[in-house]
Amino acid sequence: MGKIVLKQVRKSFGDVHVIPSVDLTIENGEFVVFVGPSGCGKSTLLRLIAGLEDTSSGTIEIDGKDATMLPPAKRGLAMVFQSYALYPHMTVRKNIMFPLKMAGMDPEAATKKADAAAKVLNLTNYMERKPGQLSGGQRQRVAIGRAIVREPAAFLFDEPLSNLDAALRGNMRLEITELHQTLKTTMIYVTHDQVEAMTMADKIVVLQAGNIEQVGSPLELYNHPANAFVAGFIGSPRMNLLEGADAAAVGAKTIGVRPEHLEISTTAGQWKGTVAVAELLGSDTFLHVNVEGHGTMTVRGGGDVNLRHGDTVYLTPQAGKTHRFGQDGKALV
Amino acid sequence: MATQSSRATARLMLAPSVIMLFVWMIVPLAMTIWFSFRIYRLLSPDRTGWAGIRNYTWFFNSPDFWLGISNTLLLVGGVLAITIIFGVLIALLIDQPVWGQGPLRILVISPFFVMPPVAASIWKNLFMHPQNGLLASAAQGLGMEPILFLQSYPLGSIIFITSWEWLPFATLILLTALQSLSSEQLEAAEMDGASALSRFRFITLPHMTRAITVVILIQTIFLLSIFGEIFTTTQGGPGSASTTLPYMIYKQALIAKDIGRAAAGGIIAVILANIVAVFLMRSMGKHLDT
Ligand SMILES: Nc1ncnc2c1ncn2[C@@H]1O[C@H](COP(=O)(O)OP(=O)(O)OP(=O)(O)O)[C@@H](O)[C@H]1O
Ligand SMILES: [Mg+2]
Repeated sequence: MGKIVLKQVRKSFGDVHVIPSVDLTIENGEFVVFVGPSGCGKSTLLRLIAGLEDTSSGTIEIDGKDATMLPPAKRGLAMVFQSYALYPHMTVRKNIMFPLKMAGMDPEAATKKADAAAKVLNLTNYMERKPGQLSGGQRQRVAIGRAIVREPAAFLFDEPLSNLDAALRGNMRLEITELHQTLKTTMIYVTHDQVEAMTMADKIVVLQAGNIEQVGSPLELYNHPANAFVAGFIGSPRMNLLEGADAAAVGAKTIGVRPEHLEISTTAGQWKGTVAVAELLGSDTFLHVNVEGHGTMTVRGGGDVNLRHGDTVYLTPQAGKTHRFGQDGKALV
Repeated sequence: MATQSSRATARLMLAPSVIMLFVWMIVPLAMTIWFSFRIYRLLSPDRTGWAGIRNYTWFFNSPDFWLGISNTLLLVGGVLAITIIFGVLIALLIDQPVWGQGPLRILVISPFFVMPPVAASIWKNLFMHPQNGLLASAAQGLGMEPILFLQSYPLGSIIFITSWEWLPFATLILLTALQSLSSEQLEAAEMDGASALSRFRFITLPHMTRAITVVILIQTIFLLSIFGEIFTTTQGGPGSASTTLPYMIYKQALIAKDIGRAAAGGIIAVILANIVAVFLMRSMGKHLDT
């Protein structure tokens, strides 16, 4: 129903090659998250799939049919925009019914469907309001409702939660995940928030400068990053990447150790440093340590770590948790 | 304006300007009402006194009066219809990314900078003139009789000329409204399966209603008092075919030199303007609220 295959898709705006060449298969029912730094082409790739931009070359298949030349409406996909893009002069009900009205469904059936969607999304009490009279989270739900009623082959989300505050984002994250489990429809979700990426995705696609750096499940990416970029991008706080003698000793250009894989000691260890900043979160403590010869390293300790600015610490990587990267940045195995 | 005291302060602070505006309006209006009941003819200055409602009855009994009213309304309505419809279409066109967009927009706006009598003279003498006009020679080139625009279709010609002058204004306002429409809304509608026509009908047009309302209200104010175009082209003729209420007032004041009657005409014009204003605010005022 919602299998999407991109074959050598390229996109240029004039001389700017935003997407050099992308091959990607999205299986039916999968929750796929595109992550990457700002400006790497996530939105562009999503818009190519949606049909809002034309590909410069390559093909896009939806459900085994070539959809490269199809207009957006004919692709059977629904999109939720970052700005929600609700129709401000229509009530919530009319907003949700709009795609059905455009499809020529008779108003009674359309109303029934809109009401059903509203029930799922807890919008029943707001149906006669205009979008301007709703909170951010409610608007987001209306946008999702408008997407649901179409029963699309796949949902496309472009940073749908970035305008919400942290608590609401957490809630909506759960709601979207639940929605995916209920509907079992393919979802493609763009974000630069890697907590969203890690928690929601079946499959994460890491992009950089329009290229796919790695595709895999969240844990695959976390445990076996294919290169230094993915290693630095996935995981929070960021992985510590070290060069020099320590790396050369294990035959690599760069080695990486995640903050949670460093042992802290006040007496002995591989690297000696002084604590620059200690962030006490209660459950965890993040130490930013100035290590001689390596600059600042981040360490994650338990809530009971009692170290302050200026204290001397020794850091040792846990056995087998060090990632090695070669000259070209690729992981060495 | 949250609290009682801030509201009271606001009223106090506004009072001087409100009073000023009220005096500004009421003094000329009171004088006009006063004159409209007086006998006041510049050609026979010794005859003075009260005229009762004779100045008004003269207007109502004048054979041109209802023609003048209907011409005034036709002029306003015709120009509004043309400027809004073509304003929307031109705004849609020049909103597209095209080569030379900047100069193109300035060209579209430029007729608005031509003063009304000049614009009317240009159209009268260079385009619509039966011997020298461009349209006449075009007609002759096609082997047809030149159309005597100002003689055969006087009101139509004036409506056309006035629309030409006001089209840029409408286009400009509607274009700014169009540019403030978020492209994501249109894209969302596109994904929702709306055709280009449906997108215009359900997204773009509703987005522009407020701007359209503003254009209608502002233009109505100015169009009700259109005078220069008529004076320059047809002088209200042939006969009284293109006479409007303001033109009748002008004739009473400056040709017949009867200030009393002109004042009565002025009051009738004020009443007409108010009827139009009430009608407009009733039918469209709600579009101005957010
Ligand atoms: N219409 C356009 N014309 C020219 N360049 C464009 C256009 N749209 C996007 N770009 C460029 O393409 C690149 C990718 O843009 P895109 O919007 O896909 O980034 P993104 O990954 O979604 O970033 P963000 O996380 O900030 O939303 C950017 O460098 C941007 O400047
Ligand atoms: Mg983006």
